[in-house]
Amino acid sequence: MNSTTTISASSAKGKTVSGITRATLLKDLRLEWRSKDAINSMLFFSLLVVVVFSFSFDPTAEESRQIAGGLVWVAFLFASVVALNQTWARELRNQVLDAYRVSPAPPNSLFMAKSLGNFVFVVVLEMLMTPLFIAFYRLRSIGPAWQLLLVAALGTWALVVNGTFFAAMSIRTRSREIMLPLLLFPISIPAILAMVQATTAILNGEGARFWIVLLVTYDLVFTTSCLLLFETVLNAE
Amino acid sequence: MKYLFPILAILTGILLWYALSIALNPVIHVGGITLQGAPTEQTMGNVQRIFYYHVPSAWTAFILFFINFGASIYYLIKRCPTADIVALVCAEVGVVFCTVVLVTGPIWARPVWGIWWTWDMRLTSTLVLWLIYVSYLFLRRFSSSGQTPVLAAALAVLGALCVPFVYFSIWFFRTQHPQPVMGGGGSIDPRMLHVLLINWLAFSCFAFLVCWSRFRLEKLQREVDEAHAMRSLMDEPGQSPPMAKASIGKSGSAK
Amino acid sequence: MTGNPYLFAAYAATWIIHIAYLSTIVSRYRRVKREIEELKK
Repeated sequence: MNSTTTISASSAKGKTVSGITRATLLKDLRLEWRSKDAINSMLFFSLLVVVVFSFSFDPTAEESRQIAGGLVWVAFLFASVVALNQTWARELRNQVLDAYRVSPAPPNSLFMAKSLGNFVFVVVLEMLMTPLFIAFYRLRSIGPAWQLLLVAALGTWALVVNGTFFAAMSIRTRSREIMLPLLLFPISIPAILAMVQATTAILNGEGARFWIVLLVTYDLVFTTSCLLLFETVLNAE
Repeated sequence: MKYLFPILAILTGILLWYALSIALNPVIHVGGITLQGAPTEQTMGNVQRIFYYHVPSAWTAFILFFINFGASIYYLIKRCPTADIVALVCAEVGVVFCTVVLVTGPIWARPVWGIWWTWDMRLTSTLVLWLIYVSYLFLRRFSSSGQTPVLAAALAVLGALCVPFVYFSIWFFRTQHPQPVMGGGGSIDPRMLHVLLINWLAFSCFAFLVCWSRFRLEKLQREVDEAHAMRSLMDEPGQSPPMAKASIGKSGSAK
Repeated sequence: MTGNPYLFAAYAATWIIHIAYLSTIVSRYRRVKREIEELKK
């Protein structure tokens, strides 16, 4: 109900892509802030993940500190899947997707809004989990910390943009919760490799330039492709 | 041209047999003629002959995945059902060949380096490729039939775009963490190259025939599904609708 | 054959995989043929 009024409101305001994107994004964030459903469950999930990892990979061992870059990203990956799985759930519940299909709003703006919303959610999760990881694993960065933020942003966007796209695909399948990771993980492998290697390199004070460039290229290529293909996927049938 | 398929099958079988013989033996005698085969490799010995099955399978899989990419793009533009079937067939057969690569690789690695898996560039990239196309096949199986072609085509495009990234990232990863290289770098003995290319030709012909059979099966299956759907629409359990009968008759004789 | 068990295993595995896939095609083909016969009735 809120969504349809937003669509008609935004089309009244003017059909600019950025306008609709902003309106949809703000709607999502507002809805989430009011219900706090997803954020609460994801918060607790992140804490659980960090604790389970700490039991599985002994934080006091020197080897664990060396693989901490990888551990952090695996934890973020699982948290993102949980977040992405319920990306379209609210829309599905209220048949909003059909409303989007017939509205004059361009599908790209819907996709961008969804991706940006997911990006915000996952970044919030990461900001909550990172201090725990730093505390439990006694992480210290030898390299510049701002590069870690850059890698985190690029890597998270890579996961989120593909994840939002595949989440839209998997709602049309049986076993939709398992389809999302089945589709997302293989294609994300180069990005995951880059994120983990870059993080490990920066923590150990080595250069991560190749991996950062790879992540930037990956983000550009896949954001463009997902934007181009989203309308086709939305209208499939 | 009803006999085209059996003739091609027999020719391919002969070619495969020839390719196998020259892969396994340095010299073969056919009739009165002596033909050159693959020489025994110096360091690895006879185990190296796995190369003649491992590498052509990889090349064939890559070609099939490339055709899948082309067919998927064509489908997204033209919405032609044949393109969709070609994409499905190439992905399936490509995954089969990829599986062969992933099985023969460790079997080769074990006697040579004592380990079952090396993060060798070819093997690792093939593994990721295998994962991407298996996920494609899962999507095809789990989505409802109306939307499957479009969703699958979109996934195929994204998967194909991912391939260069897979190669670059694993290449750099390997140069940072050097691993044993399979297949040996550098130049290759011309006799070995000859045997390699013959095996590749043989497997390509074989792949073509398998794709052709799978294509015919898929076309038949879709016609039958359509006929079933039409029959349930017409709601006449005793008689099949005339349109469906005609199309089945056509496909039955087109064998 | 030169008696190397790994070589034999690799070549055998290749053909086992191909034959397994071909048999799935054959069995599905038989099933489709049966469905066609039923529809024709």
